[in-house]
Amino acid sequence: MTLEPVLLVAAALFCVGLFGALSQQSVVMLMMGLELMLGGVILAAAAVWRFVAPAATDGQVLVVLAVTVMAVEMAVGFAVVTALFRTREVDMTDDAAELKG
Amino acid sequence: MPDDAVFWVLAVPAVASGAMVFRLDSMARATYALLLSLLCVGGLVIRLGLDYLGVVVILMMTIEMALMAVFMVMFMMNPAGLMPMSMLHNKRGAAAICAGVFALLAAGILLAPWPRRRGRPDDDPTMALGESLMGPHMLTMMTLGLALFTTIVATVVLATGRGRYDRFGDDLRARRPADPVRPGARR
Repeated sequence: MTLEPVLLVAAALFCVGLFGALSQQSVVMLMMGLELMLGGVILAAAAVWRFVAPAATDGQVLVVLAVTVMAVEMAVGFAVVTALFRTREVDMTDDAAELKG
Repeated sequence: MPDDAVFWVLAVPAVASGAMVFRLDSMARATYALLLSLLCVGGLVIRLGLDYLGVVVILMMTIEMALMAVFMVMFMMNPAGLMPMSMLHNKRGAAAICAGVFALLAAGILLAPWPRRRGRPDDDPTMALGESLMGPHMLTMMTLGLALFTTIVATVVLATGRGRYDRFGDDLRARRPADPVRPGARR
């Protein structure tokens, strides 16, 4: 196992997630895409820790950060969906475009 | 080469089930495909030597996807996937952007002069992580804690339908709560 294949897998996960985040109409599916992207980030951070700087703990701290971002994203995302659905019965991104520039 | 074999056994399902998330008709199945993908990521993190963080990822994702399945059934049409459906917009554009991003990332990964490995991993990486979070990375830990606490407050505020200000007025001085249904057994 070397650095490049792991990073390539992480990049593939990131891009699959990006596709979902860009193309999905449902807010919940969009959040699944974001989760996949963060999964790629976690994998890349762990790989860099292992293959580039194993003596320092910065890579591990980056993984902790990404895991926290995942939890926050999920919680806030569901809260926003709940609020949106309660006031307007909307669960699609196309129907919630008031802030579109 | 058992190490490489284990890597590919985990890596291929991680990406494949990640792609299946956006191809499956059933929301419940999509959720479990995402769970499988993230469990494989957790397994890869363990393979890379970060046992504790890998287990954290696996446990967290299991619970998170269980919650997500509940939300899927609550908010989405066709949770059982009894009929085919597609909920995409701008599919071509999104696919082109993703292909471009992947090409860019892959070029960077393959062409960058990666530095040589410096140092050896600690005998106990978890202990090193803990000492680092309680020492030089204390600021990171405190910021994360504050962000999580803010999230708790923000999600409760966002998800609450009728709070005490709706019931007792802006100054909270109303004698009776303004509820749509009167309290008590006699209505």
